[in-house]
Amino acid sequence: MSEGFKMLKKEQLAPGIERLVISAPLIAKKAKVGQFVIIRVDEYGERFPLTLVDWNVDEGTITVIFQEVGVSTKKLGMLQVGDCVKDVFGPLGNPSEIKKYGDVAVIGGGVGTALMYPQVSALKKVENRVVSILGARTTDLLLLEKELAVLSDELYVSTDDGSKGYKGFTSDVLKNLLNEGRRFDYVFAVGPTPMMRAVADVTRPYGIKTVVSLNPIMIDGTGMCGGCRVTVGGKNRFACVDGPEFDAHKVDFRELMNRLRTYVEEEKEALCALEENLKRMRANV
Amino acid sequence: MSKLSPPPQLMPKLKVEERIRCFKEVALGYDAEQARAEAARCLQCKVPRCVEGCPVNIDIPAFIRCIKEGKFDESIKKIKEKNSLPAICGRVCPQENQCMGKCILGVKGTPVNIGALERVAADWERGREIDKPDAAPPTGKKVAVIGSGPSGLTAAAELAKLGHDVTVFEALHATGGVLMYGIPEFRMPKDIVMDEVRYVESLGAKIKTDVIIGKIITLDELFETGFDAVFLGTGAGLPSFLGVPGENLSGIYSSNEFLIRVNLMRSYRFPEYDTPIKVGKKVAVIGGGNVAMDAARSALRLGGEVTVIYRRTEEEMPARREEVENAKEEGINFLFLATPIRFLGDERGWVRKIECIQMKLGEPDETGRKRPVPIEGSEFQVDADTVVIAIGQNPNPLAVRNEERVKLTKHGTIVVNPETYETSMEGVFAAGDIVTGDATVISAMGAAKKAAQAIHKYLMEKK
Repeated sequence: MSEGFKMLKKEQLAPGIERLVISAPLIAKKAKVGQFVIIRVDEYGERFPLTLVDWNVDEGTITVIFQEVGVSTKKLGMLQVGDCVKDVFGPLGNPSEIKKYGDVAVIGGGVGTALMYPQVSALKKVENRVVSILGARTTDLLLLEKELAVLSDELYVSTDDGSKGYKGFTSDVLKNLLNEGRRFDYVFAVGPTPMMRAVADVTRPYGIKTVVSLNPIMIDGTGMCGGCRVTVGGKNRFACVDGPEFDAHKVDFRELMNRLRTYVEEEKEALCALEENLKRMRANV
Repeated sequence: MSKLSPPPQLMPKLKVEERIRCFKEVALGYDAEQARAEAARCLQCKVPRCVEGCPVNIDIPAFIRCIKEGKFDESIKKIKEKNSLPAICGRVCPQENQCMGKCILGVKGTPVNIGALERVAADWERGREIDKPDAAPPTGKKVAVIGSGPSGLTAAAELAKLGHDVTVFEALHATGGVLMYGIPEFRMPKDIVMDEVRYVESLGAKIKTDVIIGKIITLDELFETGFDAVFLGTGAGLPSFLGVPGENLSGIYSSNEFLIRVNLMRSYRFPEYDTPIKVGKKVAVIGGGNVAMDAARSALRLGGEVTVIYRRTEEEMPARREEVENAKEEGINFLFLATPIRFLGDERGWVRKIECIQMKLGEPDETGRKRPVPIEGSEFQVDADTVVIAIGQNPNPLAVRNEERVKLTKHGTIVVNPETYETSMEGVFAAGDIVTGDATVISAMGAAKKAAQAIHKYLMEKK
């Protein structure tokens, strides 16, 4: 059994959204943009994927950013600096295709805005002109806006409630830019599945190469379970070993969204069980 | 009982009404008295056919004689000369096609229950300190074993016994491979797997989990960091799908996913364990092998009404007889000579019905079994809100996905020299399901043992 992977830094980026720096020297050495790790918080935990946001070979660390939504992310959020994550497994998936495309739009929604960072950074390094569009429900949930502003050639912000930037969705911002006559050679989108679908719908009529980073339900991450299968261009593909990035215009988003809802009830039940446990623990202290 | 023909001892089993509600082991194992009585049935043949039937050549008459004489410690020592994982083999080997299939008593009556006797000897050892086989002096050679399933553990044990410095790299968080993620608790208790793994460690092998070779460390890097040889035992872990419409509807699992959730992630104890599983009212399991039986019996224990849909007849089912009988006793339904042609879902994309087509048996195919042929116009529908596809696994070449020097067949298995088990890359060996495709625990172990001998030869001859 592995003894675990020590958490070295923990920082709250927004309510319920955290950035963790974890010691994982071997993973740091091999990590590439677009890859992910599978995490299991403790002996009872689920295995779940998190995209690598950053890594440092010299310090032997990796960085992940996540939102506390289910039992596993809640548990991960409860760990303190110095605690160990039971399992960190990776790097998994294929690296992003980073090359000089020309004019590029990188779009992120929700916690996905954090995942724009390595993309924008890598795309800039090979001399692309990068327009970043980041969106969230409300201002508080916008992540890494400053960092992205420094990296990007242009930056647009949208919020669902209009508390900052454009009131609406990131896909609308992209649509407006295209309507104004702006042209892109490559679009990359990461975030909630409906957002990625909306971006795909916007770029499809323009024939712009559009890539999305999918986040289906996954267990092992090595091609064994087939739980992360998605239909891409009519073919069955596994996000863990064939992805996680796919041609947005070929992904069957409707099927993916249905499959993502498989355990909605169980997720609630597990959260209730966790809260009950916590209550009991507090009562015993 | 007469000394000449003692009656066969029946394997005691957990009562059906109890076992369908829990994941406790079904076969309870002989007690010492039963074991000695069963052992007394062995004719101690001068030319024992049973040994020929054993892929790892255990001296079966010898270990049975020890049991008959009540010397259980001698018995397990005898077994461990040839087999490092007897508690596992005693439970999951298809003995009816191997040792027991060859037993002379089986010609006219019931063969000696060799599997049950192996299990008794192995279980007797649990919790006791038994002398380990003498390890050879250290050779100074380092071997990396990729995968900790049956073939990897066997190769690791053999190589450690030969004095090599062995490190096993496992991708998952738990060791044991298919024994942990695939075979359910009620057939292969996980604490027994852990004990067998600890035994392999006690022989000197080191095990590292959460390490994905090919991604985090390449084969070249293994050699660069001082390993002298690599053994690939990565198994057949990729799920097969039917390739029919609707197969990605929610509620449809590969057998791998279903069993990984239940076994490795322990979702039968959800929400104590965090990983959920969803078993509806009507479960259909597609396939007729041991994996299909494991999935069906797991689904039943999780509250579903389960039907196994198999394209041939009961005759041709590849599952072990014993498992089919257990499944029937527990109330699993069987629908033979049928195969799904599409899955139908509701407005939320959840599976509701399976459209099947009736099959008939035609001419024998290359496996010698009669080929199932669809009967035109015979389509019919079956209700199902959970489906498990258990039609076989493919080899998992992830470790060598970016390694062109290791040649694969068109089926994705690794090409090896049948004599030396060496792949097309020097110093890299392979055995088990990754070479043969989806087979049994014991065949993988048998091949791994021979591969270990070949690796030993390679290492000792290498300058």
